[in-house]
Amino acid sequence: MNTALEAPDLDAAFLALSDPTRRAILERLSQGEATVMQLAAPFKMSQPAVSRHLRVLEDARLITRRAEGTKRPCRLSVAGFETMEQWLGMLHAALSKNYDRLDHLLADMKSGKEERS
Amino acid sequence: MSKMTLETEGDRFVVVRRPFAASPEEVYRAHTEPKLVQQWMLGPDGWTMPVCISEARPGGKIRYEWANPISGGGFYLTGEYVELEPYRRIVHIERMHLPDPTPDNHVETQFVPDSDGTLMTMRMTLPDAETRSQMLATGMEHGMEASYVRLERTILA
Repeated sequence: MNTALEAPDLDAAFLALSDPTRRAILERLSQGEATVMQLAAPFKMSQPAVSRHLRVLEDARLITRRAEGTKRPCRLSVAGFETMEQWLGMLHAALSKNYDRLDHLLADMKSGKEERS
Repeated sequence: MSKMTLETEGDRFVVVRRPFAASPEEVYRAHTEPKLVQQWMLGPDGWTMPVCISEARPGGKIRYEWANPISGGGFYLTGEYVELEPYRRIVHIERMHLPDPTPDNHVETQFVPDSDGTLMTMRMTLPDAETRSQMLATGMEHGMEASYVRLERTILA
């Protein structure tokens, strides 16, 4: 299975995660759904300010919002947390490269031994 | 062609397996002797390891510094050896500095002889989501994105 990297999604995710308030919002949502009012309370921040943060998180697909009367509660969205696949991909590529080099080094070590003996 | 596999084990570990056409002693030494480590543990092409400290004894210090002469970038890793059983097993702890230190990564590497040489199995701590994001951001800065777009890997949940 190949993973294609989509640069715009990654940019949105990094932008979203780069702000400590947004990270704290995600942490709160990891404990369950919350409304804008509930999310604003710990920050003493105005609701419009929190809403701006929520829009960034929504664009990054890190949260989704549902309609409930006049409220729109937020919850974490699984879709945005694809950093796992991307990180594993980066690790795989770096390790593969390293081990290919190690193959060559081991072959050199072996031929060195044969020359001496 | 030798094939590496990489899998997650639950939500806490990553397991890497890679066969090598060499003896467990040679593969073990390549993982612990600084002059050997410096030649292969370099990540993507273009990087060098100007500093490689590896004191292969329990409590011994690990320090690897990487530099990219063309981009001018660099970062480093520090760690400690916990247990060493030549030429079968290495347990160590490491962390990346991006430049802030990531949480400790606990790594156990085993070298088992087989008919073709050695099967290496490395089991490491899976970093949390924030650390993964930081590492991805560093990887992007240092030009690793081209390497990881085209690849295969296996994930077992």
